[in-house]
Amino acid sequence: MKSEAIVANTTQIEARSVGKKFGKFHALRDISLEIAEGEFLSLLGPSGSGKTTFLTLLGGYENTTSGQLFLEGQDMTGWTANQRGFGMVFQGYALFPHLTVAENIAFPLKVQKRSKAQIADRVAQMVEMVGLSGHENKKPKALSGGQQQRVALARALAYEPKVLLLDEPFSALDKNLRGQMQEELRRLHRELGTTFVFVTHDQEEALALSSRIAIFNHGELQQVGTPDDVYERPANRFTAEFLGDINILSLDGTSGVAGTPIKLPGNAAGLGHLAVRPEHMRLAAEGDANQLPVRLRDRVYLGSKSRLLLETQAGEELMLYLDNGAGPAAPQTGAELRVAWDVQDSFAV
Amino acid sequence: MRAYLFLICPVLLFLGGSYLLPFLGIMQLSFTDPEPGLGQYSHVLSDPLTLSVIWRTLRICVIVTAVSVAAAYIITLLWVRGRPLVRSLTELCIMIPFWISVLSRAFGWMSMLSNRGLLNTWLKDLGLIETSLQLTRNEFAVIIGMSHYLIPFAVFPLATAMRNVDERVLTAADGMGASRLRIFWQVFLPMTASGIIGATLLVFVFSVGFFVTPALLGGGQSVLIAELIYLWIFQIPQWGMAAAMSVILMLAVGGILVLLMRRYGEMAK
Repeated sequence: MKSEAIVANTTQIEARSVGKKFGKFHALRDISLEIAEGEFLSLLGPSGSGKTTFLTLLGGYENTTSGQLFLEGQDMTGWTANQRGFGMVFQGYALFPHLTVAENIAFPLKVQKRSKAQIADRVAQMVEMVGLSGHENKKPKALSGGQQQRVALARALAYEPKVLLLDEPFSALDKNLRGQMQEELRRLHRELGTTFVFVTHDQEEALALSSRIAIFNHGELQQVGTPDDVYERPANRFTAEFLGDINILSLDGTSGVAGTPIKLPGNAAGLGHLAVRPEHMRLAAEGDANQLPVRLRDRVYLGSKSRLLLETQAGEELMLYLDNGAGPAAPQTGAELRVAWDVQDSFAV
Repeated sequence: MRAYLFLICPVLLFLGGSYLLPFLGIMQLSFTDPEPGLGQYSHVLSDPLTLSVIWRTLRICVIVTAVSVAAAYIITLLWVRGRPLVRSLTELCIMIPFWISVLSRAFGWMSMLSNRGLLNTWLKDLGLIETSLQLTRNEFAVIIGMSHYLIPFAVFPLATAMRNVDERVLTAADGMGASRLRIFWQVFLPMTASGIIGATLLVFVFSVGFFVTPALLGGGQSVLIAELIYLWIFQIPQWGMAAAMSVILMLAVGGILVLLMRRYGEMAK
């Protein structure tokens, strides 16, 4: 599901060394990125990382201060939002409060001067597609957050844009609703084949939805790749720590951790830390190659599994999950244990 | 909680003494002076001269309200959405009139518009006219003077509405290719409708009871209700008529208020 979406591999949008300054503040520096036709690209990063700025530059709502943007090979750097003709779902939805659901969806079609019959057909189709039948004549205020979100989606997709930009569309929704809307968005993307560019600060959301993820921090692009790429093979420590939980161990310079010799991954040269995801770490068994002595600080019972909080002899904290199934009796707090991992699951940062 | 209720007693006493009692007095007068019955009301509502004053008042107030709200809309637009310099200049222009009394402003307009006033003098000096234009002592002058006084009052409800407009909605409309004209008429204006209703309400209610400006700039040629009531009290004492007229005016204003407030409430939903 995740990777099947990168189908055509024709570059639709290309950013070449795009930068944006607000006064003296560099909101974005030297962003180069290609977006393929029909892909679902998430722009992920903490707040203030420049992801939303990049989206507004793509949409043409702000001008770049350096670099160029291309749409299907044509330089679109100077084009207005309207000339680019992308759909946009704004944070907070930006629905017209004085218009009904149907009128909201019809607005961009009226601007394009389509015939009344065409508009009515298309509106009915969109209402159906986002599951708002029966709500056509309600004003946005009479709708729930999720329903408003659907109206915003329908309005942005009504004129069949080549690209749909979404600025943190689910941030105002509660968790259950968010999951439901994520499913809907995946379905829409599958059915329409439109390129989706999606801004979020929620890493799980990005991992679950995207065909590729672009990770931003401090106005710079950290890494672009498929979800498992960026999760399993992070390019740097920021990406490693931003996506999910990770155990970081300081290397002591003599190919070991705090005196214990261990096998290092291929990329370790010149880097000072070793990173292992908690799910790749386990309590050591006989014959495991990479073993590290630790002490159990705390055990958190989570139902099907337990989270173990461990401390190395150098005082660094580690975490791993232990299945609560038919395994050996759970260790007690304070117990001296050994953890192990496979060298190919570790990487240096 | 209940023990503190006595603290609002002074306010209730003050309001009762200064509004309720005189009002009851006027109600009484309107039904009893000069003789008991509904005679005063039937006279007010049938006397052609009085009716013409009522119609003129209504007409002038509707025009003044329309002119004031329209002018205030443009001014508020400059104030809320203009460039920083335009903003501060506009703010100054809105605030200064509040420091000048209604009387001074009416006199100001008189010296501007009268037969030998500034405007006529300039026009003559420029050779554009031979004889002075009749710019005062008519409805035109009354409308100008009243609108000038009321515009700043219309600005505030409009400013509140305009500041509440979500900028992203306008950006969205722009991104969908809507022209500036379409964004204004189909998005911005409807989104500020609550402010327009609020301003209309405020200006109309104020204008109906206007006395000084119409009396001075109308010069007795276009008498409005407030001036008529004044005449019935101080010139040709017919207090019963004045009282009946006051009650009718109050009911009319109250009725319009209720109607518009209801519409306003629907808007706010």
